Amino acid sequence: MDSVPAPTTSVTPVTPGAVPVAVAVGRWRGPRGRRRFAGQVFFYLGVLIVLLIALFPFFWILRTSLESNAEFVQGVGGANGFLPSHLTFSSYIDDFTQLHFLTPLLNSAIVALGTTAVTIVVASLAGYALARLPIRGGGATLTFILLAGFFPVLAMVGPLFLLYRDLGLLDNIYPLIITYLVYTLPLSTWLLRNFFAQIPKELEEAALVDGATRLQTLRKVVIPVSVPAVFTAGILSFILAWNDFAFALSFLDSPSKFTAPLAIVVFGQSQYQTFFNRIDAAVVVITIPIAILVLIAQRRIVSGLTAGSLKG
Amino acid sequence: MSTRSVARRLRLPSLGGTAPTAGVARTADRRLGYALVAPVVILLLLVTGYPLVYNLWNSFHNVILSNAGAPQNFVGLKNYQELASAAAFPAALARTLGFMVVSVVIETIAALGLALMLHKAFHGRGALRAAVLIPWAVPTVVSALLWTTMFDSRSGFVDYVLGILHLPGSQTTWLAGEWTAWTAVLVADAWKNVPFIAIILLAGLQLIPGDVYEAAKIDGATAWQSFRRMTLPLLRPALMVALIFRTLQAFLVFDIIYIMTGGGPGTTTETLSYLNWQAFLVDTNFGYGGAISISLVVFSLFIAGAIVLVMRPRT
Repeated sequence: MDSVPAPTTSVTPVTPGAVPVAVAVGRWRGPRGRRRFAGQVFFYLGVLIVLLIALFPFFWILRTSLESNAEFVQGVGGANGFLPSHLTFSSYIDDFTQLHFLTPLLNSAIVALGTTAVTIVVASLAGYALARLPIRGGGATLTFILLAGFFPVLAMVGPLFLLYRDLGLLDNIYPLIITYLVYTLPLSTWLLRNFFAQIPKELEEAALVDGATRLQTLRKVVIPVSVPAVFTAGILSFILAWNDFAFALSFLDSPSKFTAPLAIVVFGQSQYQTFFNRIDAAVVVITIPIAILVLIAQRRIVSGLTAGSLKG
Repeated sequence: MSTRSVARRLRLPSLGGTAPTAGVARTADRRLGYALVAPVVILLLLVTGYPLVYNLWNSFHNVILSNAGAPQNFVGLKNYQELASAAAFPAALARTLGFMVVSVVIETIAALGLALMLHKAFHGRGALRAAVLIPWAVPTVVSALLWTTMFDSRSGFVDYVLGILHLPGSQTTWLAGEWTAWTAVLVADAWKNVPFIAIILLAGLQLIPGDVYEAAKIDGATAWQSFRRMTLPLLRPALMVALIFRTLQAFLVFDIIYIMTGGGPGTTTETLSYLNWQAFLVDTNFGYGGAISISLVVFSLFIAGAIVLVMRPRT
């Protein structure tokens, strides 16, 4: 009658965390069980709080971005509380028509994709050589690459500003691609080097024995099995390049050359009154591609972040 | 190493080669290796080594762009003396170190809690992990503007909720006061960076074998004891990595300051990086700016070295 779990239930394979209801009810019986139940409630309450802290601010900027200018000026409160009294896309329309937000978005896309492409090629080649080829000073090279990633960004701004000025490359988005490599190359090279190092050597040796050159082996054997790692390096590089503010602020001058993060900050400064509804509409727009990337590739991002920093 | 690989090659029948051909192949491999590593080294030297040397040169010279006619003559330690004598630098250094210590301590403790939560197997762990990764992955511009909105007195959530709950402070213009501005900056910084530390610590937790805990449980250790005596010591390598990344980032904080406070009110939230940016792009004084940059590099090395010394495994 009662659903007391038979001892055999524990034999059925359960995924970790997935507790069959009958077992769970059994676990929560008695004084000990009650304490465990209270612990569970406490734990999920903590999870809920973390979720709220992480996501509620996004709801708030979405809410603000859907206010009309009139509502925004009136401020939050009264009828215009957690939800604006009228939802409108006017801020989004203003951003794209009056403020020409599409241009900085395209600039950002070009620079971030360009940085990602260069990073993948350069970091794959170096990562392979550092993992597999008999070069001298490989350890010192890896240390240098790691240290470069910690170099203060502002200590690069001055000299690179002078260099780009002398070369006539200021107010141009393409030099940003070279500059952003300082964000992407250290992590990507380490990540790919660690990945290549764990591919079984026999795989390559078979191809080498059959007369393939090293580069052919890299292209035909190593790269195909490394697609997940290369993909991870690519995603992380894209995020890091998409996120820059300091270099864009220092090297770009005309609004038509701005990257998206720079353009949004200037939206806020150029007006007599700061219209956060317009700013937040743009913030929502540049957050969307990143949020999508995180949702489809969170596992890779986590493993890439940790593989690039913890191992080795 | 070399003889072993030669021997391995000799055992392979289809190669049919002798030791010299293997040696040739090895030399070719080594040359190829240098060619493949060269681009990374050259590119990174261009964006870090070149600025380092150029800053060093500038810091001993008079390089002010707004004073274009003036000769860029050698001025010795003048720029470094200016760092010590002008009040701006020591004040910014103190502020920066203060922010670094407070933010890293708070964020690391919060991240440890979050990592322990994410380490537990429960329904919706994947969703929670994705949710906390988004704040880390969005641009700093987003986190800074998002929290500027949240703390805004007109359209912000913070004052609105304080008002609804009849709590004090509902009329606060957060970014207009020194300590309230620092609070807002700290919240925005923690919101973005706690997830990063947590992910690194989570990876560290996953490396700890489960039987360590079972042994402790059998020995009658409480949850706190096993956390204090086993989890924390075993987490030390991951903690060191996270601390080096985060402490240096916090020391070099710029974006969030520029966007949220612009160094204000007054100069009360100006950090070293902010001062450095002003020297370069507002005052166009690349000599003085170079001196600040060199000090950033020296302090960074010092901080990273100190963390490694304190955190390295004791044997």
